Amino acid sequence: MMRELADNVLDIAQNSVAAGASLLKLTITVDEAADLITLIFSDNGCGMTPEFAQKVTDPFTTTRKTRKVGLGLPFLKMTAQTTGGDFSLESQVGVGTTVKASFGLKNIDRPPMGDLAGTLQTLVILNTHMDFLITYRGPKDEFVFDTRQIKPMVEPLELNHPDIAAWISDYIKEGMNECGTVE
Amino acid sequence: MKTLAELEAIRKKTLDSIVLRKEEEGNTRVVVGMATCGIAAGARPVMIEFVEELKRRNMTNVTVGQTGCIGVCRLEPIVEVYVKDQPKVTYVKMTPDKVARIITEHIVNGKVVEEFTIGAAE
Repeated sequence: MMRELADNVLDIAQNSVAAGASLLKLTITVDEAADLITLIFSDNGCGMTPEFAQKVTDPFTTTRKTRKVGLGLPFLKMTAQTTGGDFSLESQVGVGTTVKASFGLKNIDRPPMGDLAGTLQTLVILNTHMDFLITYRGPKDEFVFDTRQIKPMVEPLELNHPDIAAWISDYIKEGMNECGTVE
Repeated sequence: MKTLAELEAIRKKTLDSIVLRKEEEGNTRVVVGMATCGIAAGARPVMIEFVEELKRRNMTNVTVGQTGCIGVCRLEPIVEVYVKDQPKVTYVKMTPDKVARIITEHIVNGKVVEEFTIGAAE
């Protein structure tokens, strides 16, 4: 399983990339009152048939051709359920997929949040062909990062240009720190 | 504190320097395996270190990209380096502290870091 929740975020977001999504809305909420961390991935990718969506959290289900296992969603679901959280998945072919997972904030089995800013930076600069709307609701405040706002500002450069990537990294890191972080 | 206004200044500065550098354009690519196996093994810090080290050295002619599962999950994190007109080199069991050597010795000086390659691990 993943050592950090931030690794799960990176991994699950790759599913949206593979699904050909043009936009992934990613919301990370630290809710101290409800004692939960909630992750919501909502994309406009190819979606899944109800039959596939039913069995997609089975580790022996995958779309890849090279072998028979796929562990991303099973890991996420297992971690959510073993930490007193919840997991749900809604999908419609041609419309997109929404995955929700929550984790007990103070639960002893919850993996640390880890380098979430690093994950978000990685996603944004490695997938410049798509857009991300990232909302981080920390204990103190909310931080929003929308590549649809950033891209026109850096034209004709791409978000993965080293100078732009460095700015993105610092901007996300500082923005999230302002909102408060959890271990 | 980083601001959106700063971004405009960075863009302008970068565009100016790109015009100067256009002649020496290379196309070296660094590709990091970013499937579930790679991520679980620690691919993200490796990827970030490549981006940061290239930035520190101001090497804008190298691009960092990602790929899916390369097929040898037990050797993850795996990084493939494509230097123009040379065969692909596959580095295995990568860590962020191996990154600087690969950039200096391989990408800058053209000497493959044999001990980190898949050939040395197998």
